[in-house]
Amino acid sequence: MKNKYSIFSLIKNAFSYHENWEKAWKDPEPKKEYDAVIVGGGGHGLATAYYLAKKHNMKNIAVVEKGWIGGGNTGRNTTIIRSNYLWDASAGLYDHALKIWEGLSQELNYNVMFSQRGVMNLAHNLQDVRDLKRRTHANRLNGIDAVYLNTEEVKKFCPIINTSQDIRYPVLGGTLQKRAGTARHDAVAWGYARGADEMGVDIIQNCEVKGIKRNGDTVEGIETTKGFIKTKKIGVVAAGHSSVIANMAGLKLPLESKPLQALVSEPVKPIIDTVVMSNAVHAYVSQSDKGELVIGAGTDDYVSYSQKGSHDIVEGTLNAILELYPIFSRMRMLRQWGGIVDICPDASPIISKTSIKGLYFNCGWGTGGFKATPGSGDLFAHTIANDEPHKLNAAFNINRFVSGDLVDEHGAAAVAH
Amino acid sequence: MFLINCPFCGEREQSEFKAGGEAHIVRPKQPTELSDDEWAEYLFIRKNIKGVQFERWNHVHGCRKWFNMIRDTSNDQIKAVYKMGEKPPVK
Repeated sequence: MKNKYSIFSLIKNAFSYHENWEKAWKDPEPKKEYDAVIVGGGGHGLATAYYLAKKHNMKNIAVVEKGWIGGGNTGRNTTIIRSNYLWDASAGLYDHALKIWEGLSQELNYNVMFSQRGVMNLAHNLQDVRDLKRRTHANRLNGIDAVYLNTEEVKKFCPIINTSQDIRYPVLGGTLQKRAGTARHDAVAWGYARGADEMGVDIIQNCEVKGIKRNGDTVEGIETTKGFIKTKKIGVVAAGHSSVIANMAGLKLPLESKPLQALVSEPVKPIIDTVVMSNAVHAYVSQSDKGELVIGAGTDDYVSYSQKGSHDIVEGTLNAILELYPIFSRMRMLRQWGGIVDICPDASPIISKTSIKGLYFNCGWGTGGFKATPGSGDLFAHTIANDEPHKLNAAFNINRFVSGDLVDEHGAAAVAH
Repeated sequence: MFLINCPFCGEREQSEFKAGGEAHIVRPKQPTELSDDEWAEYLFIRKNIKGVQFERWNHVHGCRKWFNMIRDTSNDQIKAVYKMGEKPPVK
């Protein structure tokens, strides 16, 4: 049993100069065989392992990660959490996650710094206004909090926005989801890792999957850089590298992997206490607890695994940021980076069984997977444990690309993907 | 960002171009006879290779012509460009 994190443990450890904190997770070598192996130690993969152990009593499982946990897209996203999606299936999925977020720090005994500071989405043309109003109504019918704001209300909620009607893309209105917000991305990975480790899950870092062994239509195990691991169930949560892993099993996916960029500024005093996203000009901004502006840019249109994006994408985003927030004109940017996101043709994820028995995929989250981390893990664990999807992820099966029953969130969600 | 050698205009910045996805996907000759699986394969399934991949690109802010490219997606290095209808210069 791990020691509980609390104010008392903090004080106690202060006396030993914080040098005696127990390890949050072990660093084990892989066993010969597991009941299930999760490929990918990001937030989604670790959450999957956590819920497999906690809710489905599968304790003899492992998470294999080619780098270090949370070092991929979990550590690269802009940490925005919201559930104001248009379609019923998406609303169900993302609001399931949001509800778990609301109690996650307590559940994990790990402060994920979930901050319900609200997310505002701006409208810049008449079609945006119509779309956002439609989405507001759809959200409310699904029990998701959403309000439509006119230009004055936008200005009141976030005073630094330039609401002049003379700019190239004037702010005509916006929507607000107050339950939405941000969380600390690393803490989510670490909190789930600690929780899973406590229940006996092996978290194996620096262990890259090199092959998937099949016997006919059934999986038998995985080849890794740390040797062969026998298992009957493989849950792949490899984000941008999903197609690469699928290829090892002879499976083809409807995905394209593209660079998505983000950047942060130098830290400044609190200036923006919410998250503002803009679909039409593709710029979104929030401020981290350290004071940095966290700015999300768009994806490049070509396939790349290089974790580098084009400069003009960043330039376009910063143009939009400067027009919407003239106050930021003299801010200097500290860091800029790219992550590789796997995008489905309908911009909705896949949480599904496959044609190969024992092989499950959780992928296609594209540009917006972080917000779904707890819900994704919970539903994927359910799918793996029962070999059947939960009703909330039934619509996100891989066969929808054959049946045509797509969940088209392209542009219909609050931001262009 | 990288430079692309347009087969019609010569070397230009990548920002002048639009990527058109995987190349050499042949439109079904008999669309009415396709099964749902075959439609899914044609419309949605992509190789999405980490490594050398065949792609279509369009010089949208230039000559506006389409052409093919062979590019390593792991490091964005371009191996070759060739015109539509031409055979790939390397395998």
